Amino acid sequence: MPITNATQIARSKGDPRVVRKGPSSLTGSDRLTRALGWFSIGLGLTELMAPGFIARTLGLEGKEALIRAYGARELASAVPTLSVDKPVGLASRIAGDVLDLATLSSALRPGNAKRDNAAIAFALVIGVTLLDLVAFADVKASHRRERGTHRDYSDRSGLPRGPQASRGLARRDFDTPPDDRAEGSVADAVPATAP
Amino acid sequence: MRALVWHGKEDIRCDTVSDPQIEDDRDAIIKVTSCAICGSDLHLFHNLIPAMLPGDIMGHESMGEVVEVGAAAKATLKKGERVVIPFTIQCGECEQCQRGNFSLCQRTNRKGNLGDKAFGHRTAGLFGYTHLTGGYPGGQAEFLRVPFADTTHIKVPDSIDDEKLLFLSDILPTGWQAAVQADIQPGDTVAVWGCGPVGQMTIRSAILLGAEQVIAIDHLPERLSMAAAAGAVTINFETESVIERLNELTSGEGPHKCIDAVGSESHVNMGQPDTLLDRAKQMVMLENDRPHVLREMIYACRPGGVISIIGVYTGLVDKIPMGQAMNKGVTFRMAQAHVPRWTDDLLRRIEDDQIDPSFVITHKVDLSDGPEMYRTFRDKADSCIKVMLKP
Repeated sequence: MPITNATQIARSKGDPRVVRKGPSSLTGSDRLTRALGWFSIGLGLTELMAPGFIARTLGLEGKEALIRAYGARELASAVPTLSVDKPVGLASRIAGDVLDLATLSSALRPGNAKRDNAAIAFALVIGVTLLDLVAFADVKASHRRERGTHRDYSDRSGLPRGPQASRGLARRDFDTPPDDRAEGSVADAVPATAP
Repeated sequence: MRALVWHGKEDIRCDTVSDPQIEDDRDAIIKVTSCAICGSDLHLFHNLIPAMLPGDIMGHESMGEVVEVGAAAKATLKKGERVVIPFTIQCGECEQCQRGNFSLCQRTNRKGNLGDKAFGHRTAGLFGYTHLTGGYPGGQAEFLRVPFADTTHIKVPDSIDDEKLLFLSDILPTGWQAAVQADIQPGDTVAVWGCGPVGQMTIRSAILLGAEQVIAIDHLPERLSMAAAAGAVTINFETESVIERLNELTSGEGPHKCIDAVGSESHVNMGQPDTLLDRAKQMVMLENDRPHVLREMIYACRPGGVISIIGVYTGLVDKIPMGQAMNKGVTFRMAQAHVPRWTDDLLRRIEDDQIDPSFVITHKVDLSDGPEMYRTFRDKADSCIKVMLKP
C-alpha cells in the first residue's frame, strides 16, 4: 500500500486541481514494460502457489519443484522490470522466456496426453517473448546516450573574471559563519615546544 | 493555467490545472517567468521520495513577477515587483529562522505532523516536494502561490536577465553552502563528487572562497569539461581510480575537504560493486539511498578533514564506514540549503560579475516540453546538464 494511503495524506483544499491532463512522460515501451512486470508477478505467484495444477495441465508431472523455482525467478525479474532499470529486468525476462520454452518443448513429446495444452502455452510464451524483445529494444534505445556525441562545455567557466583571477575573490568580504567554522584544531590549542 | 504535474513514477504531464488563489494574508501570487528542473526533482520522478500524491505540481526553482499580494505581505512586497522564490519557505520569526537555519523553519511545514513522524522533528515547507515537507504546489507552472511571501522572496533588479538570477532559488546558494560548510581555507584541496548543476556551482564557490586546488569527480565528459572550464582538475571515475588519483594529487595526504554533490542516486557501475548491491537493495526497499559517494569520501578524506553533504539523501543507508570516519576525526556538515542566508551576498556577486550562473543552462524550452525534458535530463541525453523552462 502506498504510504500516501497508509497515512491518509490529502492535498490541501485550496491547491490547484487538475482540470485536463496533458501527454505523459511515459512512453509506450514504458507502459508495455510495466505491464510485463505485473504479468511476471501474476505468473510468478501462480507458479509458486499452484505448481501441481500447472504441471498437470501441461503434462509436466514430476517437475513441480522446477515450476516453483521458475515462479521465484519470475518474481525476481519483476522487481527490476518495474523499476527505473527496465533493461535489466527485461533482459532477465528474456532469459527466463528461453528457459520456459525449453521446458515446454519437453511437454510437446508425442506421448503427452496434454500436448495440446503445452502447444498453446508454448505459443503464448513465444508471443510474450516477442513483446519482451520489442520492449527491451525500445527501452534500450530510449535510454541510450549516443556515444561520442557529448558536447564540450570547456568555454563555460561561469567566472567572468576567469578562474585564476576569481580564486579567493570572496575571501575579501565574506566571513564563514561560526556554525560552519572550525575554531582552530587541537594542534593550534597546544603551544608548540622548541625541539 | 499550465503546470507540470506528478502522476506517478516516471509520469510527469503538462496539465491544465486551476489557478492558485490567495489563501492567507501572508500569501502572494507570482506569474512565473522562468523555472527549472532540479536534480532532486529526479528523485521524485523516480518515486524515491515518499508521500507524493498524483496531481502534485512539481518545481522548486522559479522566479517571476508579483501579480497579487495578501494584506499582511503588502509591507514588503508590491504588485509588479520581480522576485526569485527560494525553494525553502520560511516564516522569518521562529527560532531556526532567527538563527539563519531557514531550511529548518519550524512553522512553514503545513503538514508538520508528518514531518515530525518522518524526521523526528519537522523541517521547513518546500515547494513542489513531498507532503513530508508540506506538499506545497511547485513552480513549474504559469502561476505560483507563495506562502509566507513577506519573507519568502528575493527581490531582484530588472536590469539582469532571468538566466543569471533564476538559480538564486536553489542551486547557486546550495552550491555555495556546500563550499561554505566545508570551511575552505586558502591552500586547501577540495574534492567535489558529482558535476551536475549543484556540483558545478560548488566548484565555482570553492574557487571564489580560495581553494587552491579543486578536484571534480564524475564520469560524463560534458560535465567534466564544464568543471574544467572553472579550473578544476577532473577525475573520470569510469576510467580512473578515484582514490589513487586523489592521493596522487594530494601527495598521498587526501583532500582537506570533501563535498558530496551527488546524494541519493550514485551512479551504478560494474567497477564499483557496492553500487550494484545498493541498487538491488533499493529496488526491494531494503535501503533508500545509494551512498557510494559517502563511503568513498570517508575513505579518501584527509584525517581531521571536513565532509560536506549537500546532495539530497532520502532515508536509510547501509554500510557507512563510521569506524573510518570516527578514527580519522572527520567533521560532517550537512543540510538543505538555508537559501536566504546567502542570497543577498550572492546577488551582489552576480551584479559584481564575480559569478554568472547562466553558464550551467544547456537546454531552454517551453513549459509544455517539460515531460520530455525530464526524460532527457534523467538519461543525460543530448549532453543535458540543466533545463530552464519558460511558461
